[in-house]
Amino acid sequence: MKLTIQVNEGPYQHQASDSAYHFTKAALEKGHEIFRVFFYHDGVNNGTRLTTPPQDDRNIVKRWSDLAAEHDLDLVICVAAAQRRGIVDDGEAERNGKDATNIAPGFRISGLGQLIEGGIQSDRLVVFGD
Amino acid sequence: MSEIKKFMYVNRRAPYGTIYAWESLEVVLIGAAFEQDVSLAFIDDGVYQLTKGQDTAGIEMKNFSPTYSALGDYEVNKIYVEKESLEERGLTLDDLQHLVWEDEDDDWAEKDSIRLVSRAEMADVLADQDILFNF
Repeated sequence: MKLTIQVNEGPYQHQASDSAYHFTKAALEKGHEIFRVFFYHDGVNNGTRLTTPPQDDRNIVKRWSDLAAEHDLDLVICVAAAQRRGIVDDGEAERNGKDATNIAPGFRISGLGQLIEGGIQSDRLVVFGD
Repeated sequence: MSEIKKFMYVNRRAPYGTIYAWESLEVVLIGAAFEQDVSLAFIDDGVYQLTKGQDTAGIEMKNFSPTYSALGDYEVNKIYVEKESLEERGLTLDDLQHLVWEDEDDDWAEKDSIRLVSRAEMADVLADQDILFNF
C-alpha cells in the first residue's frame, strides 16, 4: 500500500512525531511504500538539525534523517509553517534575508501542494497529531 | 492526477487559541487548486471559527474570519456544520457568517454553502470521504 504521512506536532513535547516515526518504520518493514512524509503546524520543528537532546534520550530529528537516508524517504516541511517557526534552508535564507540555516539532512522545504498531492497519489493519508 | 478524491477538512478547534484553524484554512485554499471534491466539517469548538463579528484587536492576532466568505469563489461550497456542536455552545445558524457560492450551472444563482447536519449525519458524511484532514 502507498502511504503519505502527515506529522502535525513538534518533537518531544508531543508523542505524535514518535508515533509517526514508528508507524513509518513499521510500514516500510512490512513492505509498504511511503510516498511522502509531510510536516505541518509545529511538526516542522522535527526538521531542525540544531536540536541537542540528552545523550540518553532518542534523537528524534536524527532518527528521521537516518530513516530518510536508508529508505530514500521524501521528508517535506511546509514552507508557510516553516517561515513562521524559523526552519530555514539555503533557498529560504536567501529569499528572506536570514543569516543562517537549520534544516536537517534528508528534509526539504516545499508548499502545501505537496500534502494535497500526497493525498491524491497515496492509498491512505495517515495523520499524527492531537 | 486524473482521479478525483473526496477531501474533507475537519475543523474541531476554536479559531485563535491555537493556530490549527488558520493553518487548516491555508491548506483548504491551496488544495482548492487541485480540483478535487472538497468539503469542510465544523464540529466541537470548530463551530466558533464561522461565527460572525469576530474582533481580534484585543489579542493582537490577525482576524482571518473574512477568508471563510471567499471560499465560495474557490468552489469550496460544501460546508457541514454539526447541529449538536452549535446547540451545546448556545449558538444557532444566525450566529454564523452567511456563506454562499454562485452556481454557474444555475445562472450563477447564489446558494448557501453551509449545511446543518446532525451528529449522526456528520458521521455518515465523514465515512463517505477518501481523505480526512483533521485540524
